[in-house]
Amino acid sequence: MKSTQARISFGRGLAAVAATFALLSGAAVAQEPIRIGAFLAVTGPAASLGDPEQKTLELYVERINAAGGVLGRKLQLVSYDSAGDAEKARTFAKRLIEQDKVDVIVGGTSTGETMAAIPLVEAAQIPFVSLAGAIVIVEPVKKWVFKTPHTDRMACEKIFIDMQSRKISKIALISGPGGFDKSMRAECLKLNAKYGIDVVADETYGGGDTDMTAQLTKIKNTAGVQAVLNPGFGQGPAIVTKNYGQLGISLPLYQSHGVASKEFIKLAGAAAEGVRLPGAAVLVADSLPASDPQRAVAVGYKQAYESRFKSDISTFGGHAYDGLMLAVEAIKRAGSTDKAKVRDAIEATRGYVGTGGVVNMSASDHMGLDLSAFRMLEVKGGNWTLVK
Amino acid sequence: MSAQFMQFLLTGLTVGAIYALVALGFSIIFNASHVINFAQGEFVMIGGMATVSLSAAGLPYLLAIPLAVAAAALVGLALEKFAVEPARGASVVTLIIITIGASIFLRGLAMMVWDKRFHALKSFTGDAPIAIGGATILPQSLWVLGVTFAIVLALSWFFGRTLLGKAMLATSHNRLAAQLVGINVRLVLFLSFGLSAALGAIAGILIAPITTTSYDVGVMLGLKGFAAAILGGLGSGIGAVVGGLVLGIAETMSAGYLSSAYKDAIAFVIILAVLFFMPSGLFGNRGGERV
Repeated sequence: MKSTQARISFGRGLAAVAATFALLSGAAVAQEPIRIGAFLAVTGPAASLGDPEQKTLELYVERINAAGGVLGRKLQLVSYDSAGDAEKARTFAKRLIEQDKVDVIVGGTSTGETMAAIPLVEAAQIPFVSLAGAIVIVEPVKKWVFKTPHTDRMACEKIFIDMQSRKISKIALISGPGGFDKSMRAECLKLNAKYGIDVVADETYGGGDTDMTAQLTKIKNTAGVQAVLNPGFGQGPAIVTKNYGQLGISLPLYQSHGVASKEFIKLAGAAAEGVRLPGAAVLVADSLPASDPQRAVAVGYKQAYESRFKSDISTFGGHAYDGLMLAVEAIKRAGSTDKAKVRDAIEATRGYVGTGGVVNMSASDHMGLDLSAFRMLEVKGGNWTLVK
Repeated sequence: MSAQFMQFLLTGLTVGAIYALVALGFSIIFNASHVINFAQGEFVMIGGMATVSLSAAGLPYLLAIPLAVAAAALVGLALEKFAVEPARGASVVTLIIITIGASIFLRGLAMMVWDKRFHALKSFTGDAPIAIGGATILPQSLWVLGVTFAIVLALSWFFGRTLLGKAMLATSHNRLAAQLVGINVRLVLFLSFGLSAALGAIAGILIAPITTTSYDVGVMLGLKGFAAAILGGLGSGIGAVVGGLVLGIAETMSAGYLSSAYKDAIAFVIILAVLFFMPSGLFGNRGGERV
């Protein structure tokens, strides 16, 4: 439970003095701050996503305030840790709306948390930018709900297109028990026929499993398999990749955007070489060509985050950056924090360049990303590289 | 076909050896106190995480591993001293609930002290897979099997040949009688927590290079280790080892030959079946409780 304001960096006493001066001089600081509400899975099973999201929001609220705030008003972040629990997320969303009276909500690390909060947000009519992946959040379109991350459907499409270009037509799936794994597996199984790809094996593993060689041996001995796809996040995909190396399987291995962070490469070690996955441009910020529209944003975010927290960026923090910026830009364009105006302004977002891609929202598309937002990445020499 | 079988067997043995180590920890504490220590999985986590952070700080494995095991043992001793001992007169159920609380506390503490990320530990001796009869095994798996075997031998020597070990064994058979012949049963209980924490930590360190480790890795391993201990018969050393290996092999065989989706279910069905026909497990003290 934290609330962040620029004045925190001054220390309490100084801040009080500063505030008094501000009041005396009649400066804009005296106005009510703009309240940004957030509920994030800072702890719990989705902590590797929620933690960078929380840090990113804190960092950028501070930076925006240091630069003078928005509409002459400071931002105030009210953030709660929902620990990946949908029930807690619902409670915190309620508190944000009724008690903290926030102007906009950015948050919901996982799809479960987001979906639990949606009925409340819709009823209270507050603009809500979710940071979760699944397509159900914006399909069907809900009036007050937007999201920043790419969907699992897009990930499947991107991977299948890459497979087509490598003349791969028979693949094996191996996935875990999580909501993300299941949802992406289902999306891929809906789309594969469209791209002329046969799924000839479909294996699964359990939540705390420490070894997947049995499943992979089965895949290895399935006739005709040309590539393996592992939709999942957390440690499962790292173990799959390690076991893949151990068994000496030479087929191309595809992972999902769920493991798009440096951590995955560290965990899987040498076995990660050659693994491909669809990911956001921010992961390869430094190797983007100068002509790339996302280069400036991606490099800027990477430098700001890494110099502050001394840890590698992930796409997840990037989603939070995009969510905050979409809301802030919309408030600027709306010229007020009137909830209906801000909502309309978010929906009218065109050509916003974020870490996740170029966002073009519309009344029928509350995510606004197309396939160009995904880059096909390959692990080479212990780092992400762009596949040409 | 046989290469495939070999692969499943080797994998099952590796996984099973870890379950066995965790199960041994359960059994030692159960023997001393009839308490099922649900914080056993947390010892596994502490071992792995402490080694990760110590070796990240630049210590070589030869130093980091003993330190991590010692740290876990200290946590185990502290758990007994500050949580279990003050509640000495309480019922076994109360004590079990205390261990559940302790496990949640330790997990939260680990999250604060370390972080929420997954960490990989470097293998002790390289990553080049070794081929055995068409199957492959990682050098780290040999470490797992070898160290588990050595620990089982050491434990059987400890319980069979040393005075302290015999005192622990005597306490497990009859606490009152042990007390009457002058055994300090409180000390036995105290030490049993340290010993099983050390065992758990060793399991956590051995497996970390293969599976990665994180602050909540103990939950699932603790559960599987508990299942193995129940299967083998709670309190039986040989039962814990056999239970662990059977569970590991059953899991991989059913994932390989039947369906990976029902892998865990099949393993637990086997356990249920065993318990149904042999209520005290494979090597449990049959009928002893009925007197």
